Amino acid sequence: MAADNSKKRLLLQGNEAIVYGALAAGCRFFAGYPITPATEISELLSVKLPQAGGTFIQMEDEIASMGAVIGASLAGVKAMTATSGPGFSLIQENLGYACITEVPCVIVNVMRGGPSTGLPTNVAQGDVLMARWGTHGDHPIIVLAVSSVSDCFSITVRAFNLSEKYRVPVIVLSDEIVAHTRECFTLPNVDEVRVVDRIGPNVPPEWYKPYAANNRGVPDMAAFGDGYRHHVTGLVHDERGFPTQQPHEIEPFLMRLHEKITKGFPEIMLSKSYLMADAEICVFAYGCVARSALMAVKNARAQGIKAGLLQLITLFPVPRKEIDAALRQCRVAIVPELNMGQMSREINRINQSGTRIVKYNRIDGQMIAPDEITKQIISVS
Amino acid sequence: MKNNSRYEIRFSGSGGQGIITAAVILADAVGTLDGKYVSQTQSYGPEARGGKSKAEVVISNEVIDYPKAMSIDLLLAMTQASCDAYFFEIKPDGLLVVDSSLVEQVPTSRAVAIPFTEIARKEIGRELVANMVALGAVGYLSGQVNLKNLERRLLTRVPKGTENMNRDALQAGIREAKKVDLKSLPRSFVNEWESEV
Amino acid sequence: MVVDAETIRQEYLRHDKKFPHVWCPGCGNGIVLGSLLRAIHNLQLPKDDVVVASGIGCSSRMTTYIDFNTLHTTHGRALTFATGVKLAKPQLRVIAVMGDGDATAIGGNHFIHAARRNINITAIIVNNSTYGMTGGQYSPTTPYGSKSTTSTYGHVEHAFSIAELAVTAGAAFVARGTVYHAAHLDTLLEQAISKRGFSVVEVISNCHVQHGRRNKLGDAVKMIASYQERAVPVKKAQSMTEKEMEGKFTIGVLCDVEKPISTEEYDRIRQESCHMV
Repeated sequence: MAADNSKKRLLLQGNEAIVYGALAAGCRFFAGYPITPATEISELLSVKLPQAGGTFIQMEDEIASMGAVIGASLAGVKAMTATSGPGFSLIQENLGYACITEVPCVIVNVMRGGPSTGLPTNVAQGDVLMARWGTHGDHPIIVLAVSSVSDCFSITVRAFNLSEKYRVPVIVLSDEIVAHTRECFTLPNVDEVRVVDRIGPNVPPEWYKPYAANNRGVPDMAAFGDGYRHHVTGLVHDERGFPTQQPHEIEPFLMRLHEKITKGFPEIMLSKSYLMADAEICVFAYGCVARSALMAVKNARAQGIKAGLLQLITLFPVPRKEIDAALRQCRVAIVPELNMGQMSREINRINQSGTRIVKYNRIDGQMIAPDEITKQIISVS
Repeated sequence: MKNNSRYEIRFSGSGGQGIITAAVILADAVGTLDGKYVSQTQSYGPEARGGKSKAEVVISNEVIDYPKAMSIDLLLAMTQASCDAYFFEIKPDGLLVVDSSLVEQVPTSRAVAIPFTEIARKEIGRELVANMVALGAVGYLSGQVNLKNLERRLLTRVPKGTENMNRDALQAGIREAKKVDLKSLPRSFVNEWESEV
Repeated sequence: MVVDAETIRQEYLRHDKKFPHVWCPGCGNGIVLGSLLRAIHNLQLPKDDVVVASGIGCSSRMTTYIDFNTLHTTHGRALTFATGVKLAKPQLRVIAVMGDGDATAIGGNHFIHAARRNINITAIIVNNSTYGMTGGQYSPTTPYGSKSTTSTYGHVEHAFSIAELAVTAGAAFVARGTVYHAAHLDTLLEQAISKRGFSVVEVISNCHVQHGRRNKLGDAVKMIASYQERAVPVKKAQSMTEKEMEGKFTIGVLCDVEKPISTEEYDRIRQESCHMV
């Protein structure tokens, strides 16, 4: 019925679409602290979560929010927090805890201008490398970037699915533009969304080893209160979860944390290519900048220039294969970013084919307009 | 590959005038009821009241890549400051719509001047709904939205109990805009400037 | 009802954990651990329903040794994790074990907010007046004038009274005990765990190795025995002057009030809001 279709078609902000994505993925716990430009996520979840039988809580800071998220996830409930730069700095401590204890959780960082309080209401992409390396120690992590309202829904679902499957925190990097842009989105039905849940133990409690390696590299996860009493610690631990300082236990454990992600590369590394088939000039972009880049590439094509776009959705682990292929194919690569060149550094690292890489950076709190990128394409064509 | 159906509207004024609300209602009607592609953005400062307020709606028959306005088809200016700040971003054959209750110096004769605030105060009894009077005029003058759909979305988005007042405001704006003869305006800002030179 | 030590050992300690524990001989942490286990035993809580969270420090290592759902978190954050567990699964009995630095320095903000929120969790704070694990630096409860590895000239700041802080912050139940008064501590912990609302038990304990040694307070026995003289029951303290209380502290129940519990209030919101979909 037409009336039903129009009912489900909603005009949503990126932040609101993240909420619907999280709920569709099964998120039933949110802890957060007010911060521009992520606040709408908290506000909408404070309405929606109790309706779905879930829990919303506003904690005293982002450190506490991240702690509560991990606690909820250990109790068996899919959990998320959302913040922006200053709060993202505070969550790093417990983010590392989630990495070493392999607790599934999703962290949304709506990027604004930095450093420090910076530009609270302006767009930036300055937290890219922080998302990868912000917490101390070698650790695995997955970082996904969104560029539209529909991304905000689908990538948030994907974030939960990857987090549950690989027992790793997943960071969704949004930005002020994507967060506050309203676009139409048709909410899918519950049965249209593929939802992945963590795998629980299939042995009796007395045989359960909470951190035992298996062929997936991802240990089965029991929830507190389900009869599988076990110990969870941020110290390096053995397969029973108890602290260890034995070199022969430390290295296999830490290696497994990395290898479980390596095993999942094909489904973790996401990118989209536009007009790349015969492209000689490739633009690499992510987040809101991918929107400008796509328009720029189309404009360049209209002028007879063979330009294409590789939009990076997964930023970390870096989609090395796709980037490498694009670099080998193209003469010149252009990397527009709202930072001083955080992803172009990664792309440079992959560049084995001597392809010329041109950075284009803007750090004045404004979005890069399509014409700016078109000019770059023309100047190298 | 240029997208010829792209139409860009900027609503501008000062914080507290309901600029963003008006833009959101228009975008909602165009996107969820008319079935076109739409993107709505805004820029804002830390203050909830006062300061410059700006909201944009981009409408297209195709997927919208860049979500913000680049060259404006229609600028609504609800204050002199916003009129002065954004007037130069209108494309040559674009249209300027001002609240003549608050904008005294209109920089072009290719402008529609309607006293939105005065209409709101005198006809509806609340200055607060000047934004909805303006929305009615913008909806009509842009020709980008089904006006029935605009009213439907207005009714779902305004606070309960204020529906009638807001609908009356919208209709007053549409009525005033219908009186305007767009053909009598200069066809382009450029022509106007050239003829002045 | 006195339960024998062997039953407690068999029933509640983890036998697959490689002992010995990390605590120094004579440390009060073992006494607190014993009291906690006896309290849980006496309350007949099923082990699967008990979650014990801890922060970082000597007393926080307690979670490693006991056979419940245990969560050894980051420094100062035990209550934040505990809050998440409790909200996600309200049927669980959640206890947080922390030290003085853990709960009132790095975790001070979490502590007062957990109390204000009145979430149904029990916080046990083992107060030994120092950071023992890192080698005896001054903590928020190190007495004025005391020596520590970071106040070698004598401490120039003043100490928190943790229990009084908890009362002011809004906890529903607050008590203070010592490792000298072990039987009394059993009772306080039982009361705290069965209290509906945020309950706090501050336990005055000894760190003769780091704090005692530097301040000439004697060995473990001497330090623990000193609590017999320094501890004054709450009722008795009411009729004592400030001067008489100098160098002493109160023990017993400081506060026991009924007020809405946020966990239960939120449950009501869940019930009501699901009709608004």
